[in-house]
Amino acid sequence: MDFLVFQVPMLTVQALLDGLLLGILFALIAYGMALQWGVMNIINIAQGDLVILGGYIAYFMYLYGIHPGWGVIVSPIIMYFVGIGIYKLVINKVVDRDLFISILATFGISILFMQLMNFAFGADVVLANSNYGTTMLFDNSVTLPNSKIFSALISILFAIGLVIYMKKSKLGRAIRATAQNARAAKILGVDTEKVYAATFGINAALCGVAGALISITFTIHPYMGLPYTIRSFMIVIVAGLGNLPGVALSGMGLGVFEEFADYILGTEFRIGSVFLLLVLILVYRRFKLSRKREYLK
Amino acid sequence: MNKNNLILYSIILIFGLGAPFIFPAFKVQLSILCVLIILATTWNIQGGEMGYNSFGNILFYGLGMYLCASVQVGMFFPLAEWTESGGEKTFVHTPEQFFQGIAAGLIVAAVVPAIVAGLIGYSILGLRGHYFAICTLGLGVAAGEISGGIEIIGAGQGFTTPPFPDVGGLEARGEFFYFLSFLALVLTFIAVRSVYSTRFKLILNAIRDNEDKAEAMGIQTMKYKIIGWMISAFFCGLAGGIMGGLVGYIDSTDVAFDGREMGVFMVLMAILGGKGTLWGPVIGATVFHIFKEGFWTFFLGWQYVALGVLIVVIVIYFPEGIMGWLREKYPEKFGEVVDEADRKAQVELK
Repeated sequence: MDFLVFQVPMLTVQALLDGLLLGILFALIAYGMALQWGVMNIINIAQGDLVILGGYIAYFMYLYGIHPGWGVIVSPIIMYFVGIGIYKLVINKVVDRDLFISILATFGISILFMQLMNFAFGADVVLANSNYGTTMLFDNSVTLPNSKIFSALISILFAIGLVIYMKKSKLGRAIRATAQNARAAKILGVDTEKVYAATFGINAALCGVAGALISITFTIHPYMGLPYTIRSFMIVIVAGLGNLPGVALSGMGLGVFEEFADYILGTEFRIGSVFLLLVLILVYRRFKLSRKREYLK
Repeated sequence: MNKNNLILYSIILIFGLGAPFIFPAFKVQLSILCVLIILATTWNIQGGEMGYNSFGNILFYGLGMYLCASVQVGMFFPLAEWTESGGEKTFVHTPEQFFQGIAAGLIVAAVVPAIVAGLIGYSILGLRGHYFAICTLGLGVAAGEISGGIEIIGAGQGFTTPPFPDVGGLEARGEFFYFLSFLALVLTFIAVRSVYSTRFKLILNAIRDNEDKAEAMGIQTMKYKIIGWMISAFFCGLAGGIMGGLVGYIDSTDVAFDGREMGVFMVLMAILGGKGTLWGPVIGATVFHIFKEGFWTFFLGWQYVALGVLIVVIVIYFPEGIMGWLREKYPEKFGEVVDEADRKAQVELK
C-alpha cells in the first residue's frame, strides 16, 4: 500500500478541500435529521432516500432542459409536500412509540422508495451536468469543480436561513417549544400535530436541497440512499442533538475522512469504511461512558 | 413436557420428515423455509427475549456462508484459483470430497461466527436501544461492503459454491439439502427450547424489562447477553452455510450480507409471529414465506414495493404479532388466570 496522498502535498490539499466541500453537504442532511430527531424523537432511515429523490427532481429538470441549479429551489418545495405526505401516512402513527418501531417503519419506507425510484428512473447512475466549469488552484495542481463550491455555498445559505427562521418565526418557536417539552407546548396552545408535520416537511425539504446539490456535484442512484442516512446519523451522534456548529464541524470532518479513506484504502472500501467508522465511534463512546457506569441512550 | 406437547412435536417431526415426499416439487422452498425459521428463532433471542433489536445477525449468516464455502473448496483445491475461474468446472469434487467438505465447512461456519460474536459482543452489546440497532445495521452493511472488496473470496464477481456431486441427480440434491436444513432446524429448536426452559430465559427477560435493575440484583448481564448472542451466531452461521450450498452462488451484498432481504426478513418474521414467544417466529416465518412466495411469483418486480408496504403495515398495525393477538384473545391458553367477570367488564368498556 502506498500512501501517495501523503507524499504529494498537492493531493493532500485536494483531498482536504474535496472533503470539506463534501462535508458541508453532509452537514446539511444531518441538520435535517437532528431537527426531526430532536423534535419528534424519530430516527428516519429513509433520510437518504429522500435525498436521492430530491436529486432525481433536479435531474429531471436537467433532462427537460432547465438548468439543474434551479433544482435547489424547486426540489425542496416538492419534497416538503412529499415529507408532509409521509408524515400523514406513516410517521404520525409512530411518533409516540418505541424508537425501534420508527426505525423499522422508516426502513420499510426506505425499501419502498428505493424500489419505486428504481422503477421510475431506472437503475443507472445519473448526473445532472451543470456546466459550471472548474477552478484551478496552486498552479493547476488542485482541481475544484465550481459545482462543488456552488453546492457548499448553497448549503451554508440554506442552513443559515433555517437557523434564522427557527429563531425568529412563529412556527420556528413552536417547533423549538415542542422539542423542549411536547406536553407543555400542547397545553400552551401549540398544535403539536401540525408542528410535527411541518418539522418532517422541513426535514424533507432540506433533503431535497441536498439531493439537488448532490445530483449536480456527484452522481445519484436509487440504491445509494442508506449511506447518506448512516452519515447523517453519525454526524448527529458525534455532534449531539441541538449543537449546530458541532454538526457543521463533524460533517466536514466526516467528508475529509471519507476522501482520505478513498485515497488510502481504495474506492471499493469507501462506503464500507463509513459504516465501519460508525461502529467504531459508537463503541468508543460506549467505552468512554461505561467508565462512569453510564451508557448511550 | 406433557402428553399433548409430545403428540404435537411428534406430528410436526413426522410431517417434517415426510414433507419432501408429500410436496416433491417444493423441496428447495421447504429448505429455505427451514433456514428462515432458524433465522427468525435466533433473532428472537435478541429482539424478543433480550430486548436488543439487532439488525446485525445477518453478519453471522453471511460469515457462515463464506466460511462454509471457503472450507469446502479450500480443503481440496487452491481457493484463489477456484474463485478466479468464476464457476468454471476446472476442479470437480468427488462425492466423498463434497460430503467431507460440507461437514467440515458447516462446523467451521457455526463455530467461527459464535467466536466472533463472543469477541465483539463485549463492545457492541454495551450499547442500548436504538444505538444498538443502528450500530448492528452498520456492522452488517460494512461486512457486506468490505467482503465485496476481498479478492480471495471472489470480490465483486461472486463465489460459486461447489456443485452437488453426480449422485442421484437433482432429486438427491433437493433431498440432501432439505434434510440438512431440517436437521439444523430441529437442532436449533431443541437448543433454544432447552435454553428457554432454564433460568437463562428469565435473565434475558429481566434484561429486557429493566437492565439496570437486573444488574442491581446481582446478575452479570453482560455475560448473559454475550452468551445469548453467541447462541444466535452459532445457528445463524450454520443456516448461512446451508443456504450457501443451496443457492450455489455467493455474492457479498445480494446473497451473503443481504441486509435488504434476509436482514429485514428475520426481524419481520419474528415480529409477525410475535416477539418473545417460542412458537411465534416459527409461525411468523411460515406465514411470511408462504405469503412471500405467492407474492413474489404473481407480482414479479414489485416484490420490494410489497416488502416495504408489508414492513410498514406490520410494524404499525400489528406489532404484537400473531401470538400476541392470540394471547389477547385466549389468555387462558397461555396459562394466564383471568377473572371472568373482570374480562366481561373490559369487553363492555371497549
